[in-house]
Amino acid sequence: MSPVLETRALTKSFGAQTVLAGVDLAVAPGESLVVIGQSGTGKSVLLKCILGLETPDAGQVLWQGAALTAARRPAFLDGFGMLFQGAALFDSLTVWQNVAFRLRARLGDRKARAVALEKLARVGLGPEVADLHPAALSGGMAKRAGLARAIATDPKVIFFDEPTTGLDPIRAARINALIRDIVTETGASAITITHDMTTVRCVGDRVAMLAGGRVWWQGDVSAMDAATEPHLHDFIRGIWRP
Amino acid sequence: MILTAPVSGLGRVVLAALRGTGRMAIFAARGLFAMPDPREFLRQMVQIGWLSLPVVGLTALFTGAALALQMYSGGERFAAGDVMPAVVAIGMARELGPVLGGLMVAARVASSIAAEIGTMRVTEQIDALVTLSADPIRHLVTPRIWAAILAVPMLVGVGDVIGIMGGWIVGTQSLGFTSAAYINGSWSFLESWDVISGLLKGAVFGLIVALSGCWFGMNAGRGAAGVGRATKYAVVAAAVGIFAANFILTGIFFA
Repeated sequence: MSPVLETRALTKSFGAQTVLAGVDLAVAPGESLVVIGQSGTGKSVLLKCILGLETPDAGQVLWQGAALTAARRPAFLDGFGMLFQGAALFDSLTVWQNVAFRLRARLGDRKARAVALEKLARVGLGPEVADLHPAALSGGMAKRAGLARAIATDPKVIFFDEPTTGLDPIRAARINALIRDIVTETGASAITITHDMTTVRCVGDRVAMLAGGRVWWQGDVSAMDAATEPHLHDFIRGIWRP
Repeated sequence: MILTAPVSGLGRVVLAALRGTGRMAIFAARGLFAMPDPREFLRQMVQIGWLSLPVVGLTALFTGAALALQMYSGGERFAAGDVMPAVVAIGMARELGPVLGGLMVAARVASSIAAEIGTMRVTEQIDALVTLSADPIRHLVTPRIWAAILAVPMLVGVGDVIGIMGGWIVGTQSLGFTSAAYINGSWSFLESWDVISGLLKGAVFGLIVALSGCWFGMNAGRGAAGVGRATKYAVVAAAVGIFAANFILTGIFFA
């Protein structure tokens, strides 16, 4: 099956520091790819290059087999949802307005609010939180509201950036289960960036290990533990080598 | 090598300054000519215009009152104390209303815009806007720029009236002017261009204030320190920009 999203030889440097040194990745339709790696290995930069928030120095991002140019980016973003590390809810808007951000212009406030309430219910948040501002939410609730916003337009591709960072193990397990269920239900392709191995095992079909700006290993989650690649071996087991 | 080092260093500084100026000019042009988000524009009109009214009004009131005392005592040295109401009116309309009003808005609004947008930058809310197919310039920058361009002249106009009223209170309560003589003295020498030039200055100062707040906010560094620096630079740049623009505009309007 041809990939829905692909990066080819993606390269990005900041001054003398090379963050991405030729990253090749592909996500098939309906597949859940998890990108792992230590902090500072370029996971977030990779994400920003795909989204167009950073311009790669070389290489390509392909969407549905063709280069993701500036002209095609609006269409790509229309079928795209993202859960940010800190949820990134807009402080000046209420929870339902955040969730319905893209829908309000299209559907009007009444219908957009109904969809927002439905998506909030899907992530386990009741209508009582709809009119709160993000500052009134706990970390876990904000993550779930962010997840509701990510799925508000039934996207075909969803990105999850460190979805469990800052959450206690119980709330992290809840977010992992929600991600897994939503990706399965919607049939969307998912790319998750994390360094939490519980998340990898829960939500991933395939894993790519990023180190030194390159993909050192990629394969099925089930094959991960048996892999002998040193970066992956040490990362999974939390081994530090001076 | 030793001889060329200072020249190449100077060249790097000049090139960096030119690059920065170019980036800011493009940013300003995009901010001015994008279609503003109407809801955000209305919210900013309230934030920048209505909520700045108390601070601008109080500043104008005390400035007008102090100016009346100064002009009367100075004028009395050559028996010209009677022209004080006209001097207060012209001084407020041409110079003190727009400049002090602009500075108070710079202190209140440039800092607030830079802090708000800077916080949005470091908490990835601006990246979130992009992923939600929303142009951050249209949603954040253009509404603030146009709200400031429209609201600051209104504040200047109200400030002019309040400043003249401050002079009137001092003039009638402690300097022996009758109310009718003071008002007549204010209006008799005031020309419409005095007021219009002040309002035009206000529009330019509004642009400077909003642009500094948005520029430094959008380019804020990481963390709380980054937002703090952005806020500081926004206020300083807006204040210096207002003084420089005031000098240039005064030259154009009255030379």
